[in-house]
Amino acid sequence: MSARVGVITFPGSLDDRDAARAVRLADAEPVSLWHAEGDLLGVDAVILPGGFSYGDYLRAGAIARFAPLMEKLVAAARDGLPVLGICNGFQVLCESHLLPGALTRNTGLHFVCRAQRLRIENAETAWTTDYEEGQEVVIPVKNMDGCYVADPETLDELESSGRIVARYLDVNPNGSLNDIAGICNEAGNVVGLMPHPEHAVEALTGTSTEGLGFFTSVVKKLVAA
Amino acid sequence: MSEQSSNESGVEPTGAGSAGSAEAATEPTPVRPAEVDSVARAAQTPELPLPYAELGMKDDEYARVREILGRRPTSAELAIYSVMWSEHCSYKSSRVHLRQFGDKAPQSDALLVGMGENAGVVDVGNGWAVTFKIESHNHPSYVEPYQGAATGVGGIVRDIISMGARPVAVMDSLRFGPPDAPDTRRVLDGVVRGVGGYGNCLGLPNIGGEVVFDDCYAANPLVNALCVGVLKPEGIKRAIAPGPGNKVILFGAGTGPDGIGGASVLASATFDEESQAKRPSVQVGDPFMEKLLTECCLEIFDEDLVVGIQDLGAAGVSCATTELAAAGTGGMDIDLNTVPLRDPTLRPEEILMSESQERMMAVVEPAKVERFLEVCAKWDVPATVIGEVTDTGRLRMTWHGETIVDIPPGTAADEGPVYERPYEVPADLAQLQADGPGRLPRPATPEDLRNTVLWLAGSPNLADKSFVTSQYDRFVLGNTVLAMPEDAGLIRIGDGPQGIALATDGNGRYARLDPYAGAQLALSEAYRNVATTGARPLAVTNCLNFGSPEDPGVMWQFARAVEGLADACQALGVPVTGGNVSFYNQTGTTPINPTPVIGVLGVHDDVNRRVPMSFNVEGTTLLLLGETRPEFGGSEWAHVVFQHLGGLPPRVDLAAEAALASVLVAGAREGVLNAAHDLSDGGLSQSLVESCLRGGLGCVVDLPDDPFTELFSESVARAVVAVYPEHEERVTALAQAAGVPVRRLGTVGGDAFEVAGLFSIPLSELREVHQGALPALFG
Repeated sequence: MSARVGVITFPGSLDDRDAARAVRLADAEPVSLWHAEGDLLGVDAVILPGGFSYGDYLRAGAIARFAPLMEKLVAAARDGLPVLGICNGFQVLCESHLLPGALTRNTGLHFVCRAQRLRIENAETAWTTDYEEGQEVVIPVKNMDGCYVADPETLDELESSGRIVARYLDVNPNGSLNDIAGICNEAGNVVGLMPHPEHAVEALTGTSTEGLGFFTSVVKKLVAA
Repeated sequence: MSEQSSNESGVEPTGAGSAGSAEAATEPTPVRPAEVDSVARAAQTPELPLPYAELGMKDDEYARVREILGRRPTSAELAIYSVMWSEHCSYKSSRVHLRQFGDKAPQSDALLVGMGENAGVVDVGNGWAVTFKIESHNHPSYVEPYQGAATGVGGIVRDIISMGARPVAVMDSLRFGPPDAPDTRRVLDGVVRGVGGYGNCLGLPNIGGEVVFDDCYAANPLVNALCVGVLKPEGIKRAIAPGPGNKVILFGAGTGPDGIGGASVLASATFDEESQAKRPSVQVGDPFMEKLLTECCLEIFDEDLVVGIQDLGAAGVSCATTELAAAGTGGMDIDLNTVPLRDPTLRPEEILMSESQERMMAVVEPAKVERFLEVCAKWDVPATVIGEVTDTGRLRMTWHGETIVDIPPGTAADEGPVYERPYEVPADLAQLQADGPGRLPRPATPEDLRNTVLWLAGSPNLADKSFVTSQYDRFVLGNTVLAMPEDAGLIRIGDGPQGIALATDGNGRYARLDPYAGAQLALSEAYRNVATTGARPLAVTNCLNFGSPEDPGVMWQFARAVEGLADACQALGVPVTGGNVSFYNQTGTTPINPTPVIGVLGVHDDVNRRVPMSFNVEGTTLLLLGETRPEFGGSEWAHVVFQHLGGLPPRVDLAAEAALASVLVAGAREGVLNAAHDLSDGGLSQSLVESCLRGGLGCVVDLPDDPFTELFSESVARAVVAVYPEHEERVTALAQAAGVPVRRLGTVGGDAFEVAGLFSIPLSELREVHQGALPALFG
């Protein structure tokens, strides 16, 4: 039986279909989850996709954290459910305090869409075991509020405990502190990532297929479990 | 019949070049029903003067309204007629010319819906249909660049949704004033943020377009937005209101005082001298609401819950009710008090003219109303039944129980005035055409040639546009196969391998020199761009940006451009499916260069075989397809180096264009083309520069005869292709069979752009010049 990976759709989610496609390409079954429902439908992992969950006229992700489904998700994540927040999903995870820090307006004040080179810094999270530590991949980044910030103690803590999952190379597209592109929680089951691995799963339409590893990592872990 | 529909702000500047200024509302006056100008009151006060002239209506137009109604119109009726008979909604100056698109339309089995609906629909095979259209939002984008551009995107997307389609991509064709002018920075920054802010939040990939700078657009930027949507042919929706008893539902955003500068004249001058509430003339967009509206509509379509649907753009409720009723059973009753308002002080005239964004109007059978409202509730989209279809042949509206509108809807929607405006050749044209580029000194030495390549590559019109396009999401939806700077955007549809390609092109300098040829050259280039990716060109949309139709010289340019486009579409076998006209693009008495922007849609059988523009395989052979003539009139070389505009544009050769396209499509299908790039602005030099930088490999080419002409001529129907050596023979045979001249140019490789025996430019130097230009100006 294949793993069932939930993809939450908020009213303003945009990359939910892409995330579902990536799950399928990783040989798992995507399960559509509606933000207003109160049930995770027994999925084995959850992806919070990119987009503008509620328009994000307030702080990105600030309203989404109050969605009925988020309450269930926060509890499940604390119990070890693998959760990947991509872009707006990362913002929602920070607003929900599943991850520390916050994502603020890009320092260049422009929306930035580009093929971005990254280094995978932690290949032991639920979502990165199919990579090697130090592996370099090219994955699209596209955001308006992608500048990762945290207080110095939190940054030290993230750095010293190996919780930086990925870092920008060549160009820091949004001014993130320490070139941070993604982080995880202490247990490694919750990962927030500003770049979009779901847009790098097919050579035809993506920058590469190097994003697929995030999805195959969690699927392998789930199948093995 | 509306030949083409439109969404641009109904405000028509009267020659000043701007659409007026946004002013904050002051001291709104509460509505006093006793003051309502009812039909009964109109009958009792036949001679009450109404401010029709201030609403842009001519004496004879007003007289015709009186004749139609057999009495004076109420102020609400005047609101409806004035906006529906505006240039913008009625196409009164352009209609006699636009008929050629229908009269000369080539036979096409693919055309499912032609001009007259919100957008045309073409059958692309395998059970899929595609709808696409381009529209202008020029004037609002000068007044308030961010919102003007944002709502331009929003408007065209709603046109596509209202055909029953899921929007799958957008493009934007932008023109600005001189790049070093301070105001250009304001306008460009706002427009690009607006296009991005709206499109990104809506989740539509932006797959291409244009960014052009020219002095003539300094106080008249052009913002033309294109949207394309995909649907099943059986799912096509129409803007009709059939079936007496069916309910009329207004859904989406609330109605506020957006874009109703004109209506405030009615609200204040006629009935309440003290109310001087001035309303903003530019609409404000809410892309999140549009996203909700999109998903809501698609779910409604899936469940087959509507019999007719129309988006609200220019002229808002006036336009939607009159057009739906006129195209349906013919009658409609509306209670204007039920329209949900963001501003409770709005007068009925203002409600009718409001251009508040993110609204749609649906006609729903009574039994399906409940389910319709449930779907809207799921998506948090407010929806209200505001009336119903009747068989009275009258559009009737009430306000606090009194009838304030009672008109035959067709008289407003379809029977607007039609003008045969006088036209004559612009006085300066002969002189302009006589001042050819032949007198311009050409680069004499290899060093001069080298410098010219660099100069052009770093000029604002030819420089890398990543500064703009990196502000747009091109990945969302996961079906973008090619996007800018490729020749055309290419989107996979369904589960593939089928796809659609789209390109927009326009060249105001060519059209200024010869508008007939200019329109054809724009079509030629867009057609070529689509074919370059391997797609078969299928259909056309157009956005015709011109000065004032009251200027006979401009009217001549318009008439010639339309004729040229219609003739070329016929010759190339691609029908016009819809489009938009934008007049009054001028500052004082100086019009912009006539700028027909043409969009071409093509079909790709297998997107895996798409042909990109990048040179990325060492040792591939470069072939030049097509014939190069010394053609420099209106060229980038003349423009960049001498700021010269004169002579004649390149010769149009539609037969050669069709032949070239057949070679490119066949080559892609056979998989024998490694890369292809069209030759247009800046000629061969610019094409090679772009393909080298895109792929990261240089090239060495041989230009033995006249290197200047070979490098910088802008002759049409040409492309450069890179092929594996083993395919050279096959590609050459394909070209010869189609009668396309083919010549071996050189090979791909190394890290420099080299013309053998003349000069070599390291890619690093080219990259710095090409990619550094726009960030230096606007970063």
